[in-house]
Amino acid sequence: MDVLANLNGGFPLLSFLIFFPLAGSLVLFVYPKETFAKYWTLAVTIITALMSLGLLFGFDRTSTKYQFAELHTWIPQFNINYVVGVDGISILLVILTTFIMPFCVLASWKYISKRVTAFMFCLLIMETSMVGVFVALDFILFYVLWEFMLIPMYLLIAIWGGPRKVYASIKFFLYTLAGSVLLLVAIIALYMKNGSFFIPDMMWNEYSMVFQVLVFLAFFLAFAIKVPMFPVHTWLPAAHVEAPTAGSVILASILLKMGTYGMLRFCLPITPDASLLLAPYILWLSIAGIIYGGFTALAQHDMKKLIAYSSVGHMGFVTLGIFVFNAQGIQGAIMQMINHGVTTGALFLCVGMIYERTHSRELRLATGVGKFMPWYVTFLVFFCLSSFGFPGTNSFIGEFLVLAGTFRENEILALAAIPGAVLAAAYMLRMLQKIVWGGTDNPDQSYLTDLNIREIVTLAPFLLFVFWIGLGPEPFMNLMDASVQQLVDQLGQWQQHQHVATLLLP
Amino acid sequence: MMAILPELVLLCGATFYFIVSLLPSPGVRLLRGSSIFIGLLVFASACLTYGQESTLFHNAYVVDNYTQMFKVLIGFALAVVMIFGVELRGIENSVRAEYSMFLYLSVLGLMMLVSSVELIAIFISLELSSFALYVMVPMRDDSTGTRTQMEAGIKYVLFGVMATGFMLFGMSYLFGLTGSTYLQDIIPALQGLGGQPAVVVSVIMILAGFFYKLAVFPMHFWVPDVYEGASNETTGFIATVPKLGAVALLIRLMTLPSGQPEFLVQFLGGVAVCSMFYGNLCALVQKDIKRMLGYSGISHAGFVVLGLLSLRAEGYGLAIYYIAGYVIMNLACFLVISALSQRGENLQIDDFNGLYKRQPVLAFILSVSLFALAGIPPFVGFMGKFFLLTSTLQQDHLIIVILAAINTAIAIYYYLSVVKAAYTTDSNDEQPAILVPPMTRITGLVLVVMIILMGTLPSKFVNFAGSLVQSIM
Repeated sequence: MDVLANLNGGFPLLSFLIFFPLAGSLVLFVYPKETFAKYWTLAVTIITALMSLGLLFGFDRTSTKYQFAELHTWIPQFNINYVVGVDGISILLVILTTFIMPFCVLASWKYISKRVTAFMFCLLIMETSMVGVFVALDFILFYVLWEFMLIPMYLLIAIWGGPRKVYASIKFFLYTLAGSVLLLVAIIALYMKNGSFFIPDMMWNEYSMVFQVLVFLAFFLAFAIKVPMFPVHTWLPAAHVEAPTAGSVILASILLKMGTYGMLRFCLPITPDASLLLAPYILWLSIAGIIYGGFTALAQHDMKKLIAYSSVGHMGFVTLGIFVFNAQGIQGAIMQMINHGVTTGALFLCVGMIYERTHSRELRLATGVGKFMPWYVTFLVFFCLSSFGFPGTNSFIGEFLVLAGTFRENEILALAAIPGAVLAAAYMLRMLQKIVWGGTDNPDQSYLTDLNIREIVTLAPFLLFVFWIGLGPEPFMNLMDASVQQLVDQLGQWQQHQHVATLLLP
Repeated sequence: MMAILPELVLLCGATFYFIVSLLPSPGVRLLRGSSIFIGLLVFASACLTYGQESTLFHNAYVVDNYTQMFKVLIGFALAVVMIFGVELRGIENSVRAEYSMFLYLSVLGLMMLVSSVELIAIFISLELSSFALYVMVPMRDDSTGTRTQMEAGIKYVLFGVMATGFMLFGMSYLFGLTGSTYLQDIIPALQGLGGQPAVVVSVIMILAGFFYKLAVFPMHFWVPDVYEGASNETTGFIATVPKLGAVALLIRLMTLPSGQPEFLVQFLGGVAVCSMFYGNLCALVQKDIKRMLGYSGISHAGFVVLGLLSLRAEGYGLAIYYIAGYVIMNLACFLVISALSQRGENLQIDDFNGLYKRQPVLAFILSVSLFALAGIPPFVGFMGKFFLLTSTLQQDHLIIVILAAINTAIAIYYYLSVVKAAYTTDSNDEQPAILVPPMTRITGLVLVVMIILMGTLPSKFVNFAGSLVQSIM
């Protein structure tokens, strides 16, 4: 337990971030009035977000330990504990989660008109489980929250979704659940070897190659579906398209990150040999995802679907960065995770705003709105530029680092990824051109009203982060530096150690 | 006398209904009120007698913490069934008193069963509980005119008699091998016999009798038809309470040394996996909610058997935890079914369409219990499965664990389809809101709280169950 810094010391901030939304959701049970539910949920999510800033202030950027750690016995019979802590890999994701949530509430202010209380209830328990997943250091705690999240997300899509919500929600549920049942078996198998569910105890241990490969595959299946990686991505467009705006934002900004977070947190340190062995396949799958996502996005007429497929491409960059195993790649991957959360979240909000006005997500019906909604298209332009990694915006930093890391590893691979970046520009500019200007046969858009204050307040912070990360990424990089460096160092030592072992063996 | 208070209460209750049934026209209100009252009284008396220890009836009847814990569970389940089944919509008014009498006799049989430690006593109490149930199934009123309840009753009897035959045959072997009908004498005598095949055969045959009650493959054939044919309240009872008794006795019988533990473990593993696959695959295509729950019950029984095959006290404790959780989840489901079925008719899954609009509380209870049955955390169904899988993997049965995990993924589909109907599909014609009596509503929410509490803070329950099992080994 020496990897936990400042154990049980001070205010239990992480537990607060986990349980405060849950407690807030219970209030809605007692007092389910709709207007109250909106304001209450907004208040709870804002308080959670502000409290999460405490993580930034108290975070020791030089330490590689898990900070703000808490440890409580939970199920002693099986050595399961309630252990939480953040390190450089998870801290940004936690803060991203807590900060996205108030905007999800704001985006649903008008959009959700029926069963408002239940919707807010789902959002709050969603927040609990999402924060919990990123800070859990006990595998069972992680798994419980990871699986539990399916219920509120399923309900968000299934109740408040679009016309094909039933199909989309069931597909989402079955895919993700089927992917993670073997994860549970892998977790139990690791417990058998270690006698503990404490995640850091499982890392960097000598397991046999066969064991590692099997565990890795179980991990990978669960995480790849969540990311989603190329052949198992088909649930994503369906779920994105049918989900309400807040649901799409949560899916794109946070849920997808859990897959790549899982790869970083579990695959690399727990099964390093298998990761090294299987990395080439995963890298090429990532490339396939980048190219495939780009081409498919180019052909979409539905704005949400377009952004959904672009997510497949962008997340391909993340997995690419992770599995090149160098510091630049992994830093780029984490940055890309955050950037994708900010940019794609904002794009989904933008689409939601158009949808609230035209009641359609068809690109054809949303052409030429630039004349009537100047504020709106201003925001949209910046987010689109950010989405294809225009220099000066946030995604440029992430993609550049990933590509730089990939070049160091394998030049062919990096060259293969370049068309993806070009495709991103193509499909984003196509969408932008149509929405802002359109052509000669634009539908009559004169009834459109520009953004109101609530909507501007919703989008403005995203724009701030687009430029902040794009122009001055230093503070963000500093947060993760030590942890990433340590991960890469350990991976390097492990490789050397294995190399020496094979040399010594007769 | 105090030690068998719950049994006495049940006997008095049954006698009371016997007398009422002789009256020319018993008042329905009296019957309703008294059934809830007696149900709660049984539960309370079972709680009161917890902690007592004694041996009665020439050492054939034991009262200790293990038996009393099961009696508390049985009493609790009975009280819940009584509360949500108070209207007895599927039963004609003219036979209500008789129905209640048989119900209490059946529970009496189960309570005696968990206390019996002698083969003849086990047999008699098992038959008392079974025969009462055989009569209750066809008592459903014939509103559909298809008389499916008769078919169900006959199937129940025939399969039941067959299972009993197996069990008696096995018991006769045991008696022949050891010369005693007392478990306490049989166990040491069997240890002296070593690995004789006759011992394994007799143990497996006796297990078969209880597999029938628990609905484990291959003794499951009665399940779907009986579940479908019996009235909703009766099915709610059959699906829950007898399984508690069956698990209590299975654990007791697993302490019989068979001499060939290897074979027994393989046998149980095979039975468990077959149960899971058969139950889950058949449940996928069901349209009738009760049939679906019946098949899902078969697969859950497979999980309980996983707990038995560890042949260790911890595993048995987990099996108790699992079955207790299963009973609570199932009770919650049947509570919703009984409340939704306004005339006591069978419900198709389509009938749940738009339940959220008609009665949000019921939809909430239903979805929590179904997600729990499906094994989604943080509910008790997940923790039970997780513990059983862990304990099974500790015995190095990797293949069984993987197959069981795959079954979890199969099962989610059919549970989800009901949740989907309740929350997302709107019924075509505007159906009226459902009125739920406050008592049923509160009971349902209590069950939900128990499902969540047992799932999130399981360590006390598991410890407790483990220590009880330790005490009888």
